[in-house]
Amino acid sequence: MADKPAEKVPRERYLETIKLVKRFDEAVAVDEVSLSIGKGEIFALLGSSGCGKSTLLRMLAGFEKPTSGQILLGGQDVVGMPPYERPVNMMFQSYALFPHLNIWENVAFGLKREGLPKDEVQKRTGEMLDLVQLGTYAKRKPHQLSGGQQQRVALARSLAKRPKLLLLDEPLGALDKKLREQTQFELVNIIEKVGVTVVMVTHDQEEAMTMASRIAVMSKGRVLQVGTPKEIYEYPATRFVADFIGNVNLLDGQLSLDEPDRCAVTTRIGEVQVGHGVSGSLGMKVAIAVRPEKVSIAKQRPPVDHNLFMGKVKEIAYFGSYNTYIVATPGGDRLKITEPNGTRTSQLDITWEDEVFFWWDNTDAVVLRD
Amino acid sequence: MKTWLEKNFGKAWMAVVFVFLYLPLMFMVVFSFNSTRQDANFTGFSLRWYEALTRDTKIVEGFWLSLKVAAVTGVFSAVLGTFAAFVLVRYRRFLGRTIFSGMVNAPLVMPEVVIGMSLLLLMVGAQNAFGWPQRGMLTIILGHTLLGMAYGMVVIQSRLLEMDRRIEEAAMDLGARPHQVFFLITLPNIFQAILAAFLLSFTLSFDDVVISEFLSGPGVNTLPQVIFGYARRGINPTIYAAATLLIATVTVVIVSYSVWVARQTRKREREMAAAMRG
Amino acid sequence: MTTAVPSPSLTPPPTPSHQGGQVAALPMPGKRFVIGVPYVWLGVFFLLPFLILVYISFVDMGNDIHPFKPIWDSTSGLLTLKYENYWSIFKESEDGALFKTLYVEAYLRSIWYALLTAALCLGLGYPFAYFIARSPASVRPALLMMVMLPFWTSFLLRVYAWKGILADQGVLNQLLMALGIIHEPIQMLYTNVSMLVGMTYVYLPFMVLPLYANLVKMDFRLLEAAYDLGTTPFKAFWLVTVPLSKAGIIAGFMLVFIPSVGEFVIPSLLGGPENIMIGRAVWDEMFTANNWPRASALAVVMIGLIVVPLAVYYHYTGDPAERKA
Repeated sequence: MADKPAEKVPRERYLETIKLVKRFDEAVAVDEVSLSIGKGEIFALLGSSGCGKSTLLRMLAGFEKPTSGQILLGGQDVVGMPPYERPVNMMFQSYALFPHLNIWENVAFGLKREGLPKDEVQKRTGEMLDLVQLGTYAKRKPHQLSGGQQQRVALARSLAKRPKLLLLDEPLGALDKKLREQTQFELVNIIEKVGVTVVMVTHDQEEAMTMASRIAVMSKGRVLQVGTPKEIYEYPATRFVADFIGNVNLLDGQLSLDEPDRCAVTTRIGEVQVGHGVSGSLGMKVAIAVRPEKVSIAKQRPPVDHNLFMGKVKEIAYFGSYNTYIVATPGGDRLKITEPNGTRTSQLDITWEDEVFFWWDNTDAVVLRD
Repeated sequence: MKTWLEKNFGKAWMAVVFVFLYLPLMFMVVFSFNSTRQDANFTGFSLRWYEALTRDTKIVEGFWLSLKVAAVTGVFSAVLGTFAAFVLVRYRRFLGRTIFSGMVNAPLVMPEVVIGMSLLLLMVGAQNAFGWPQRGMLTIILGHTLLGMAYGMVVIQSRLLEMDRRIEEAAMDLGARPHQVFFLITLPNIFQAILAAFLLSFTLSFDDVVISEFLSGPGVNTLPQVIFGYARRGINPTIYAAATLLIATVTVVIVSYSVWVARQTRKREREMAAAMRG
Repeated sequence: MTTAVPSPSLTPPPTPSHQGGQVAALPMPGKRFVIGVPYVWLGVFFLLPFLILVYISFVDMGNDIHPFKPIWDSTSGLLTLKYENYWSIFKESEDGALFKTLYVEAYLRSIWYALLTAALCLGLGYPFAYFIARSPASVRPALLMMVMLPFWTSFLLRVYAWKGILADQGVLNQLLMALGIIHEPIQMLYTNVSMLVGMTYVYLPFMVLPLYANLVKMDFRLLEAAYDLGTTPFKAFWLVTVPLSKAGIIAGFMLVFIPSVGEFVIPSLLGGPENIMIGRAVWDEMFTANNWPRASALAVVMIGLIVVPLAVYYHYTGDPAERKA
């Protein structure tokens, strides 16, 4: 299992997929996905069901054979390797603990397959169980543990062999809401403590945003955008990404001005100025994406000279820490605006059917081509 | 919601059918203790038929032969049934899958005379061509295994289908090669079904008349063959004594097994509930 | 490191079924071995005998040592197929009427009694399975155990017991006389009635179990919905329950009917000596008349008769692995 001796793989390309494709009969599940993941990163594949993220994960694990493409781990092409030879381990969504073995034997299983001496197995298994704080439960069987405890066993089992790559399949999917938050941080702590490279799959954007250092948003077998949580949120590359992550207002329009450092788009509510260039052609169909929390709202006209629009408040929802307003424009658009609940709200004094102004800074919105 | 009609009519019907099912068994148990050969009047309590049983060499020999045949059949059937179940559950597409499925399932429904006869022809043909096998214990075992394999496969197949495949993937992920996965993970998890398949084939073999008759050789007689012989000639309460012993054994085994399973299930449920809380 | 070039229309990718996901994992030699072992076994002990059966049905009857002659004359090298074996089943003699042989009678009788048996099992067993399925869940395992227990005790012995019960001096006759219903014993044994009783008795569990398996999975709230809409329980049973359990009924029916056609033991022990069923006919032809070729022909025709019900059975029980996919 030695790496290629002569080449040293750069740290940020520890795991690479190169034009990975998976076809099932006529349908394409993974469509030419190329990713570079760095050593020690926690990388998330985010998308709704059927987008190909699970298939991609299974190819990394070795349970599916790619139709074409390469997977390089530490510089070594692992596509030809069966799962039992790869330095890759997976934590399954349903944990897949061996029901006929106790916790100790579950965790020690992988170590025994390696043929390690007995005391080494004992030592490492004990270490793992202590890491997840389940040392005292060693003799119990999986059905005697709660869901959260079972997950910790699954984690310990997948880390025991000190894999080069750890795969997490919807790690928080099986837990109830209360446990999820706590487990999120615990998981990340353990992973960072061990220092292993992680690729995780999830359909829950919150999970991805909290746990991952970088996210790849997937749809229909392709990767739409890769970036840090902040990048994905603030600068979505496509409509789909903008809409998938968090809430967003999308306004269709046409490019009316295009310069290197700014541009403008004519939309139904008016002309929107954007603080970055687009390098497209005038008249091109684009969309403006602006997050609800970036939009300000007031009854009196503010001292702002661009991106200022008017509308009527149609709906208000109070969420405790923030309020949400749905404002309808004469043109027929409806925008969502959120404002935090602070001293400002008492000054806002907005209610249904009020005519209001709303505006945003030209750096707060993004232009999307599709 | 059950209507009054359903409830009481249901209980009555079930009672009638149960009486029907158990009538012959009760009859034999009672009359095995009859002091005379009579079939209708209970003339007095006696153990003479049990005594006669021990002295009846044909029955005793037949019993031991049946036991051996059934044990071997059970093992062969369990093994072959496991193979067949694996093939049907795990391999989607292979050449001749429908034929395979048809062949495995056919013994379940085919009349035994057909099975027995065709196997006999095979044995005779082989005997003429190779001088082997001689009809006897081996040929009976082969015939019984064909039947046992079919029944065993059904049981094991059902268990394989409901088993979580992911634990096999997890095992491979952790470094177990395919044969290790099978012996360390799959086998322990389907073990109960394999055991059930063994017991089912054992029982079927122990009880079989037709195939045994077709495939046995001179002087080789299984217990059912012996009983069948007696039965054609009239009533013999010694048979009732044998039956009573069998019924007693089966009852004890089945009842204790059911109780044990129930207890295990309850224990497991308790443990899982405790884990949820704790 | 982001998106690829736009690709042609993508149909939504299927979620790979975990049952079939093991594509690359199991190495090929292992697969061939696992399929090979049972396949070879079945080929040798099921298929081959069947082929021999068909072959034998076309040859001439031989002497005691070789019960049949080979199909071709090794001296002349000619292939003679003896269709007579089949013809003699359907025709007594050269100018005898077609389909008026003992064998044809035996076939028809067997089919008739098999149908009767299946019908009786259905009539007795359906309500039985239904009421067990409707019993409280805690009682059901015990009830099932009670149904299965007789099955595990020898069927031969239980049939043997009926001989004792139905005999002229048997329990039932004595009971009826004691109750004054009859004055002298009526012949119950060695009649078609006793045979039917025996067949129904033995095959009852084979009808009850598939029915039970089907009924227990049924959602009885559908029945409640029917009551709610104004149906009487009786009507609801026929309009809702029965149609929904169709698969179970057919499976159970076939599971009883098909083997009953060729049943040998029960007619021998409980049936009358004149009304011979086809299983007995084959046996006699084989062991008494020593006419193996004709016995084979009889068996082949029997298989032909059950091919259609067999196909129906397969259709309704199917290949469970394929159904689940």
